[in-house]
Parts: sequence; C-alpha cells; structure tokens
Amino acid sequence: MKFRGKIIDIACLNHFSRVVTTISKLTKMCVLRLTPDNLFFVLSGKVANGGVGMWCELLQANFFDEYQMEGVSSEFNEICLEVTPENLSRALKTVQNAKYVKIKLTRKHCPCLTIAAELPTLSSVSRVVTHDVPVDIIPKSLWHEFKEPSIPDFDVSIYLPPLKTLKNVVDRMKNLSNFLLIEANMNGEMKLKIQTDLVSVTTHFKDLGNPPWGEDSSQDGGPSHSRDPEDMAEARVDIRKLQQFLMGQQVNPSKAMCNLVHRNVVHLVVLHEDVSLQYFVPAVA
Amino acid sequence: MQCVVTGGNVKVLAKAVHSLSRIGDELYVEPQEDGLALRSVNSSRSAYACFLFAPLFFSRYSIDRGLDFRCKLAVKSVQTVFRSVATLEKTVEKCHVELDKAKDRLTFTLHCKHGLLKTHNLSYQDTESLQAVFDKDSCANVFRAQSRVLVETVVHFPPSVEEVTVAVSSERMWVRNHVEDEAERSKALLTELCLAADEFDHFAVGAPNSITFCLKELRGLLVFAESTGLPVSVYFHEPGSPVVFSVTDSVLEGNFVLATLSDDHNLQKSDSGGGHAEPPPPPPDDFMNDDIDSYLIAMDTSVVPGPSTAPPSAASRASPAADSRTRKHSEEEEEEERDGNEDPGRPPSKKFRSLFFGSVLPPSPQTSTQPVTTQEVLASDSEDEDE
Repeated sequence: MKFRGKIIDIACLNHFSRVVTTISKLTKMCVLRLTPDNLFFVLSGKVANGGVGMWCELLQANFFDEYQMEGVSSEFNEICLEVTPENLSRALKTVQNAKYVKIKLTRKHCPCLTIAAELPTLSSVSRVVTHDVPVDIIPKSLWHEFKEPSIPDFDVSIYLPPLKTLKNVVDRMKNLSNFLLIEANMNGEMKLKIQTDLVSVTTHFKDLGNPPWGEDSSQDGGPSHSRDPEDMAEARVDIRKLQQFLMGQQVNPSKAMCNLVHRNVVHLVVLHEDVSLQYFVPAVA
Repeated sequence: MQCVVTGGNVKVLAKAVHSLSRIGDELYVEPQEDGLALRSVNSSRSAYACFLFAPLFFSRYSIDRGLDFRCKLAVKSVQTVFRSVATLEKTVEKCHVELDKAKDRLTFTLHCKHGLLKTHNLSYQDTESLQAVFDKDSCANVFRAQSRVLVETVVHFPPSVEEVTVAVSSERMWVRNHVEDEAERSKALLTELCLAADEFDHFAVGAPNSITFCLKELRGLLVFAESTGLPVSVYFHEPGSPVVFSVTDSVLEGNFVLATLSDDHNLQKSDSGGGHAEPPPPPPDDFMNDDIDSYLIAMDTSVVPGPSTAPPSAASRASPAADSRTRKHSEEEEEEERDGNEDPGRPPSKKFRSLFFGSVLPPSPQTSTQPVTTQEVLASDSEDEDE
C-alpha cells in the first residue's frame, strides 16, 4: 500500500486546503478513501440512527501535479484511512506559500499522512516543514461501510438560496429553537420554520427553481413528477447540524440544492467546480 | 521617580507591557540607576521576563537617589493604560510615568492629540526585587536571527501546542512540538521544522543538544521583537537549564528566561551519542528527495490495523522513561540564590522546574522586614495557582 501526491500549483493548494477545512468544520473524524482517480472524504453516519452522513468527492487530477498510489491489491486498488480533518487542515494552512507540498502515507510511530512542504526563505537553503497527521488504516473488511450513498428517493428537490443568506437566517433561528422545519415544494418555494411555545418564525423563499433530475426520477416512478407542485414536503432537523453545514462552507458554490424525503431525511448537495459535497441530515420526529 | 516617554517609544513601552502580560499576572516595576526595569514571572516561576529601558530611552528620566523604590502592579491594569497599540501610535504624543508617594499611586498620563489628557492612577504593592539568576554568556549554544525567521517558525505550530523541542546540530536547528505522552503521540499532529544555519545571523553550537520549553512566553517576546524589528538572540546549554531569548538595542534590553524540561532520557542520549544529541529526526533530505520508493511504505492492512503492527520505529522516543522522568533538583538548588524560602510557594504539579531563580533581597536597611515581605509574595503566588 503506497500513496504519494505532490501539489505545486498554489491555487490548487489553496483550493485543496479550503475543501479540507470545510470537511473539518463538518466532522471531527472522517474516512479518506484514495483511489487511482479520486479522493473521497466520507462520514458514514447511520442516518437511520440519527447521525449525519457526508460524501465529498474530489478528482485527484484537479489538485495534484503528481499522484501515485497502490492499493491493498490490484483487485482492490484503494486505500482507506481514518483521519482527523482538523489536523489535516491545520497542517495545510501553515504551508500556503510553499514551493510545493507533498502528501504521503508514511509509517512513523504510527501510520501517518505526512505533509512535507518546502518553504521559501531569504537564505539559499530552503526551509522544510513536515506535519505528521496520524491516521488509522481501515481494513478491507470494513470498506463496505464507506461506499457512495445512493441518492435518496426524494419527494422534492429544490435549489437553495445563497448559502450566506441561509446561514444568517439559520443562525438567528438557532437562538430561538433547537429544531427547524424545512418545507419545500416543486414550485420553487421553500420555508424555514421554527415553532416554540413563545414564538413561531417562518422565512419564505420563492422562485428558487427545481433541479431537473429528468430520467433518474422518472425511472423509479418519479414521485416528484407526479406530485402537485404546490404540495409541500417537510423535514424537521436538528438546527445545529444544519448550522454546522452552513458554517463550513468556505466559498459560494456554483450549485447548492436540497432534496427532501418527506419526514425522513434532508439531502444537501453542493457543487463547486470539480468538488461535490453531499450531506445527509436525518429528520427528527 | 518620574519618566517621560515620547513618540514611537510609547508604542515600544506598550508592546513590552503586552509581552510581559503573557508571562504573569503581575508587573514588577523597578526604577534603577541604569534605567527602568519592568519584570514579570509566571506563577510556577518557570518563566521570567525582564525589560530594561535605559535612561536614554526616555526624554526625561529621574529617580530619587537613596530611596529604594520598587513595586508590583496588576499587569492587566497597566495593559489598560496601553490598550490598543494601534490607536496609541496615532494619538499619543507623550506618556508620563510618575510616582505619587503621598497617595501611593503610580500615575500614567497620556498626552494625546488635541490636548487630550488621559490619567491613570494605579495602586501598587511594595515588593522585593525580582531577579532571575541566569548567565547567558556561558551558554554553549548561541543563535541570533531576525524576528521574522522565528515568527515564521512559530506560526507552524497551532495555538494549542504548548511546548516545543528544539534540537541543534552544527548546521541545523530542528523545531518540533513536544508530546508528553506516548499514547497521545498516535493521535496528535506532529509538526517538525528544519532551519538551516544560513537563516540565522549567528549560529554557534558548542553542545549539540535538544531542549523543550513552553511556546507561550516565546510568542510574547516575538510580538515585541516583530514590532520593534529587533533581532532575537537565543542562548541555551542543555536540557534542564534555562533558555534565554533576548532582544537588545542601544536603549533597551529584553530577556526572557524559560525553564526547559529536564529529560534524563535525553540527557543520557546526548552523553552517549557524541555529536548528535537525540538523533534529530530523519534528515529533511529523506523527506524531500524524489526517490519515491525510499519512503513509500508497505503496510498490510487486511490484518489488524493500527499502531500494534508498527515496529518500534525511529527509536529515539520510544522509551517509557518519558513517564518516569525525574527532576534533578539538586543542581537547580545550587543556582538558587540566598533566599531558600522559595520551596513552599512552588506549586508541585508543574512540568517545568521552577527554581532557576530566587528572589533577591533588597539591599540592607529593610532586612528586618524581609521575611514578612517574602512570605507575602509566596502566599500571593500560591493563591494565583488556586484560582
């Protein structure tokens, strides 16, 4: 099992570091899956048990100038590591002006992802900094837990308003209640509601648009096609989990959407150029 | 005592107070013949800092000869006087520091633009002189670097990192975060940085060695050094004896004296190891060279993962001795000055040996009152700990 990657381009480095920072805001621990073409950050929260789930997919070629990996075997050409994204993010943040950054799997006092960077200095010799991020290697027998989640059979799919706006609203609501009700329909309308004994607050969004899922949804009966566009689907979620998602967003994504399975799960999808991030928040009763 | 600070020097004074505030809760003020000394020590007495501003630093400096005055103030209240260094620079033209013996107040008067006067009357406590015992000239390892070099080194360590280990060879300096506990090591982010001798203005290693000290106080000094643009000198000898960071120019001198971890394991290593103390972790070239196979590793992970499969690699730190580390007190006690009353006030749980200085008795006349004064100090120190 081998892994080694090198990033030279400073824009790629910044971008990668932003992605990792976003992940670190969402979860303390996650799984990093390395395949010949992709990197995945996975949090396989059992949504059924009330945990959040996360799936973030990066094309290695968009970030790395060199990328070499050798999986567990030629048949299972993958590496699965448990990492603390916070550590990874810290390490990457301090090397933002590096001439290049190498990331490799090393065996030190424990398995580590070693981030080694050469930094510019005033002298002729450049300065080298290395960060050893301890990782746990996940045995093949557990890999099945970290497969790409299937897109849920949603009732409503809708584009989200600008995430900053959403964050402002949710941050205010957080002060009033622990739970938030998300309602949306296929007519581009979304409502965020909180209800307590003392107050109920609703924020209405209009004309958000509904992403065309086309064939996918029509294949499995297409509940979203047959339903009344005015008909609201709803899910009540832990407001902190939503806030966490909104807090982590480092850049305004090119697309952000929300798929609602009525009273079951909120599936948030963020697309930013070459990065896609999916986040599953379970509904609570 | 009366002194007047003008222009840019107000900011220098302010920065000094702020960096002393990183050390302890009290600011010791002592007007001396050779200038105004501001000092601070932390509650466990493992870190001490002193700035001495020469009379030339002030546009006016006068002290009452024959009257030994020294006092301590809550550093927070002095910081309040110099709050917001940025606006200070723009608005304050002059700063008077005056002792009002009648009211027992130390008065700071800031003369700002547009004739605005801000007066702070601070109460103080009498105190004995605070003086650390250290001798930087006898240190085997001496370095001097632009503050930027050190600032850019420290920035790689997240604020949560408390202690760093610095190892030196004749050509390089390695800095890495110190993780006390073996168990923590498999969880903690380990950061290591290698500085070449060229980055320093002066790089003299007489005893290749490695020391471990707290980063917090150094960060304090660097804030000062960076704002004044002064180079920082580093002096140290061996694990367990203090490391001194200093900044000097013609009108001021600042010394930060920090206890280092006395690590017997390290000590033995360096004795047996000859040239290289605790083998500085894999030379950077190993990390950075491009021969991929040399550092790619093969790990069989279909079996049990985790540290249990890892052989005791890079044995330098694998010893359990780290836990049973003992402190060598005897040596330290020799360094302690006349006053032996220190011990009761020393909190037991601190990681660092704290005896590298004792309080110095003030010159004769008040000797009779001395024990009382000392006791007060000790008591207040231990109270701090309890808070």
